[in-house]
Amino acid sequence: MGSTRAEGIQAGRLAPADYEANFSDIHAPLSRHEAFVESERCYFCHDAPCQTACPTSIDIPLFIREIASGNDLGAAETILSANILGGMCARVCPTETLCEEACVREHAEGKPVKIGLLQRHATDRLMESGKQPFKRAASTGKKVAVVGGGPAGLSCAHKLAELGHEVTIYEAKDKLGGLNEFGIAAYKSTDNFAQREVDFILSIGGITVKAGHALGHNLDIAKLRQSYDAVFVGTGLAGVNKLGLAGEETLSGVVDAVKYIAELRQAKDLAKLPVGRNVVVIGGGMTAVDVAVQSKKLGAESVTIVYRRGQGEMKASAYEQHLAQTSGVTIRTFAQPAGLVGANGKVTGVIFDETEVKGGKLTASGGQYTLPADMVFTAIGQIFVPDGLNGADALALESGRIVVDAERRTSVKHIWAGGDCIAGGQDLTVAAVEDGKQAALSIHHTLMGA
Amino acid sequence: MADLRNNFLGIKSPNPFWLASAPPTDRLVNVTRAFKAGWGGVVWKTLGDGDPIVNVSGPRYGAIHGSDRRLIGLNNIELITDRPLEINLQEIKQVKRDWPDRAVVVSLMVPCEEPNWKAILARVEETGCDGVELNFGCPHGMSERGMGAAVGQVPEYIEMVARWCKAHTRMPVIVKLTPNITDIRFPARAAKKGGADAVSLINTISSIMSVDLDQMSPWPVVDGQGTHGGYCGPAVKPIALNMVAEIGRDTETRGLPISAIGGVTTWKDAADFIALGAGNVQVCTAAMTYGFKIVEEMKSGLSKFMDEKGYQTTEDFRGLALPKVTDWQYLNLNYVVKASIDQDLCISCGRCHQVCEDTSHQAITNMVDGKRKFVVKDEECVGCNLCAITCPVQDCITMVPQTKGTDPRTGFEYGRPYANWTTHPNNPGSKAAE
Repeated sequence: MGSTRAEGIQAGRLAPADYEANFSDIHAPLSRHEAFVESERCYFCHDAPCQTACPTSIDIPLFIREIASGNDLGAAETILSANILGGMCARVCPTETLCEEACVREHAEGKPVKIGLLQRHATDRLMESGKQPFKRAASTGKKVAVVGGGPAGLSCAHKLAELGHEVTIYEAKDKLGGLNEFGIAAYKSTDNFAQREVDFILSIGGITVKAGHALGHNLDIAKLRQSYDAVFVGTGLAGVNKLGLAGEETLSGVVDAVKYIAELRQAKDLAKLPVGRNVVVIGGGMTAVDVAVQSKKLGAESVTIVYRRGQGEMKASAYEQHLAQTSGVTIRTFAQPAGLVGANGKVTGVIFDETEVKGGKLTASGGQYTLPADMVFTAIGQIFVPDGLNGADALALESGRIVVDAERRTSVKHIWAGGDCIAGGQDLTVAAVEDGKQAALSIHHTLMGA
Repeated sequence: MADLRNNFLGIKSPNPFWLASAPPTDRLVNVTRAFKAGWGGVVWKTLGDGDPIVNVSGPRYGAIHGSDRRLIGLNNIELITDRPLEINLQEIKQVKRDWPDRAVVVSLMVPCEEPNWKAILARVEETGCDGVELNFGCPHGMSERGMGAAVGQVPEYIEMVARWCKAHTRMPVIVKLTPNITDIRFPARAAKKGGADAVSLINTISSIMSVDLDQMSPWPVVDGQGTHGGYCGPAVKPIALNMVAEIGRDTETRGLPISAIGGVTTWKDAADFIALGAGNVQVCTAAMTYGFKIVEEMKSGLSKFMDEKGYQTTEDFRGLALPKVTDWQYLNLNYVVKASIDQDLCISCGRCHQVCEDTSHQAITNMVDGKRKFVVKDEECVGCNLCAITCPVQDCITMVPQTKGTDPRTGFEYGRPYANWTTHPNNPGSKAAE
């Protein structure tokens, strides 16, 4: 048995029960009683600000009223008709900056209606019932390829299937779900929820899944265009930014946070997943917080997030930062990595330049410090990899991501795109779901001439 | 310092809060607990003669709830006391001996024959209780046997029985009225004619609470069936207030003492009834929802109110609102209010806009200069109050009387002198001078 103080990168730092406790549901679902009490707090607002704030425009006052009147399945149908991944969004949406921030009771009392938890309550009841509330329309005879089986692709596929089209999802990995399966922090999606939701979505029928297919490898977009009436690209962000420091590729212990989280999510036994004693995370977004908190939960003794600007500029929400800090993670700001320190091929520390904002620009302020580290996670942003989209059918890109219009049409006819791979996106699950839905509607209109 | 002591028909109690004849006053142990908790008096649960009645052993109560399962309406199918008369009489005697400063009135219901009433009155009088209340109101069960509401719905019976009771006892006689009639003034007049010292009202309202849609039966379900029961609680208070006021305004019953019953839950409810002329109040549902301790809030709230207003006793404000209860035709048609939304208190839920737009006069904006904002349009507002009562924030929307300028809705000047329908030119029966 290891311990939090064991040197280096070690597995099994905790007792088995600790792993179970640490990775249990971060927000326990509402009991039936709690759901009733909470649902009755909703004022059923006119032109409800919560609904406006929701990227998928879920009719929140209506579904909460349905819960209050004992109609949980009706509530779930209201949610899922706007957002087929309403169950996952209930778990991972930053509600504190979306619907719940807009809730008039946040304005009135600083205590918004717990919309996320109510959404989870309703969708959980539907999942338990095993029912698929949506029926497919009569077959249109049209075939659509969806590339990428993450939230955008799943949302697009479900809506297309519902509208009567035949859909094939091409997924690079062996499982569908995208970041829901490989990226979300484990304590936000327990009990294999991502796969259960995928199964629920596929249960509508009319969707064929082809795993192990990736653009630029064994998938060709030009051929897809020839074989299908329309193509939707929702491949997400396959690459990550690099620190650009010596040793990044050679020193062991310097790890890409995205890859590590994916391993964690797929790990059958977390006690076998090694983690450092002194962990340093570089970055300020959700990935940084997710990897930091999970490292702590795996038994790392000290975990420090270092971000080059202030806490207010961190992409992770105030709630996520709070979660990190209450989980025992230290957040240090205004410092950027200047070098990696290593010994015997292993990383032993990170040198940071202190920074400041001068004339609106971030510059090194002259100070420097070194944090000891046996594990360094890089979480400084993911990037779109346009593999397989080059050549004759090259899609127009902007800031390295695919350009789409309001209907999520790309620059190439009959190709739509959505999710994190498009330019101007919010990098949120819920936004990806909306992209998929809007693209599906646009595809439908285009193919059917309606 | 307010003096809450109450004198109703010469029956003295330390405060005007009595527990109504109902399950809370069925037995010594409950009544003793009530008096320890501070209740001013009780009306003992209705006694009958002959063999004790039998209650159902299935559910006796049903309810409707507001948000957070706050009970707002209660219904029951319990009958009068199901304990032997002798035991009740012994306990009443003991309670009165143990608590001489509290009011103990006994509710009675026996078949509509003079000897029955005469006999039970004699026995009740022996307990040393302070008075009797004739239960002419119970709408379920007993009414099928020619008692309760079956008597209360026939003014001639009320008068007759009241007269018998006055003839056969020296105790004050209170007649409890059923609201299951079309005009409360007729039974009240009958009670007065029969010599009753007071009326108490309202008894419960005939009701079916809901339907069990699985069993397709009225709920609460007693082995696959249900029946109508007596409805009470906060939801019935407005009905009771009106009936109390009607009796107070009626030329024939004006001044008849009233013990008011119907949804009294807080001090404010009691003050409302007293302001409309009630001498005291009786409470049941609130106690059955929250327990006896609520009387503490009632006493303290009523005292504070009286202190603030400078009333020494409840007599000082009893009936003060009664002269203001008038017929619609005498309301001032030149009085104009406009809704006003306090933008600092507004939380922008938009419900005022929604209801005004959908169901009233389209008099509230939802957008001002491209921003979500709710402002009253005086040119459309008829002052109906719908927005104010819909708003979830207290005092955010107020109805402001208009006194200066012109009403943009009607073009009339504000502040025109009082004028009512009786003199309005549109009234075919107008008494306006030529």
